[in-house]
Amino acid sequence: MPSEPTDLLLQDVSFSYSGGFALHNINLFVPTGQMAGLLGPNGSGKTTLLKLATGVLTPADGNVLVGGENLRKLSRREVAQKIAVVPQQFDIPFAYTVEEVVLLGRTPFVRGLIGDDKKGLQIAITALDAAGMIEFRNRYFNELSGGERQKVVLAMALAQEPTLLLLDEPTAHLDIAHQIEILELLRKLNRDKKVTVVAAMHDLNLSALYFDRLVLMDHGSIFADGSPDAVITKEIIFNVFSASVEVSRHPKTLVPQIMILPPNH
Amino acid sequence: MFGLAIAVIAVMLLSVSVGPIKISVMDIAKMLLHKIGLYGNTSGWQPTQETIVFQVRLPRVIGAALVGAALSTAGVLFQGLLRNPMADPYVIGTAAGAAFGAALAMLLPLSVVFYGFGLVPIAAFLGALGSVLIVYRLARFGGKAPIVSMLLAGFVVSSFLVAIVMLLLTMSDRLGLKLQQVFSFLMGGISVTYWQQITVIAPLVIISIVVTRFFAGHLNGFSVGEEGAAYLGINVEREKIIILGIGSLLTACAVSIGGLIGFVGLIMPHAMRLILGPDHRFLLPASALAGASFLMLADLLARTLLNPAEIPVGVLTALIGAPFFIYLLRRTRREYAF
Repeated sequence: MPSEPTDLLLQDVSFSYSGGFALHNINLFVPTGQMAGLLGPNGSGKTTLLKLATGVLTPADGNVLVGGENLRKLSRREVAQKIAVVPQQFDIPFAYTVEEVVLLGRTPFVRGLIGDDKKGLQIAITALDAAGMIEFRNRYFNELSGGERQKVVLAMALAQEPTLLLLDEPTAHLDIAHQIEILELLRKLNRDKKVTVVAAMHDLNLSALYFDRLVLMDHGSIFADGSPDAVITKEIIFNVFSASVEVSRHPKTLVPQIMILPPNH
Repeated sequence: MFGLAIAVIAVMLLSVSVGPIKISVMDIAKMLLHKIGLYGNTSGWQPTQETIVFQVRLPRVIGAALVGAALSTAGVLFQGLLRNPMADPYVIGTAAGAAFGAALAMLLPLSVVFYGFGLVPIAAFLGALGSVLIVYRLARFGGKAPIVSMLLAGFVVSSFLVAIVMLLLTMSDRLGLKLQQVFSFLMGGISVTYWQQITVIAPLVIISIVVTRFFAGHLNGFSVGEEGAAYLGINVEREKIIILGIGSLLTACAVSIGGLIGFVGLIMPHAMRLILGPDHRFLLPASALAGASFLMLADLLARTLLNPAEIPVGVLTALIGAPFFIYLLRRTRREYAF
């Protein structure tokens, strides 16, 4: 699928909401085909950074480039043909079927009065299949469980055939089986189709297991950036989360894993 | 969809046929064919019948069809865009604006006829569009008009304008305002007296409905919310303006010949959604056709049930519509599962 460069580059990006919260001078380069996890406490700026990367927020200063193209110069439609987003919250008020929801992912490719997108249905079905949800295609989206819904939303993003996939806490509120399933899916997509993946995550251990690179944010800036080994350390975690943890190695995969130490212990 | 189109024609012929003077459906069909030159024999009917059909009933029936189609389409647009099942064509201030405009016009001692329209329908049309502009302007902040702000601004502006209308009503004696006239506007009733009115409204309504087809896919995209719609490549603020503009124009057209007819624009979209599902590519045309049939039928009953008195059609839309909708709701429950 993606043969074009799909790297994400944030150059000296600053942004502030009118309420006061701000991102300061963010520089971040995610090369084509990387799978990066975005970590940080609540309110550290992960979601804002993702929204800047999607172009729905425009930086006050600096530029966001995807595959070398400045998002300021692309239309929403052009952006949506490159970048798919799995947002933190996804709800739909009417009784859409799973297949109809996934077909929404084809929106940026539909042309003209009749809505010509001949390959659309085939691509949507392939995406449903990749997400393991093909047998749910005629079910109503709103009747599915949280884990099933998240897989459908992911399938909808896949139907956009993105070169860059941005996800905001894709495993939040899911049981461990579904968390693993979602992350395996992302990894497969990243490896087989060379889709660049950037996901905001809360679970440090899962992140260390699945992402080659972790970017840790704090108070609107990047605090640490590197391999799990470089980012998941006792000192860094304490500095950013004010939480005491012990860090050890996973016995099989050897990536760092934290164990929480309650304050009065 | 084909069935619905047939239904529109059937209801139209039936509506033209029924009245104080009964004219058979066959004769009407022949008259219509004769009019467009496909049928030569004129011996089957009397000239008075022809006058009744072409000068009295047909304009009114077509007017009812246009109003029904316009309100149902506007209802689909607003419910889809605002993601609110309680939205109707009047939700962002059109009804109150139209009532305000109409009441003001009734106060003025002017008699204007413009393309077959009197001052009241023109003022209602302008009032409807004007109030939407105010609502949009009030809701807009920093280049964005979030949907919640728009619903709230719509509610506030509506309340304010309704209060003024109420004030005018209480002072009706002093102002010389005819209460009967205001009430008949508020309850809704098709009033088409000139073909000219149809020739102005019909193109506006039909073109607007056809144009909605371009936005059907994007209305589906709006179902996932404004943020989600942006991720699907939709230029949210621009399309919001266009969709609101078309919906408001349709509503303004409807109030200018029908007054404030309730229920059609709320219920027809839901009824079609229950039957066909939420995909706007089918929902929009189906609602337009169903709304046209429904309102022609309601108007037929409105003018025949208590003949020679006329029941406000807004009363009938709710009287027929509510039980019909309850039936659909009980039978097909998929819409409201969560």
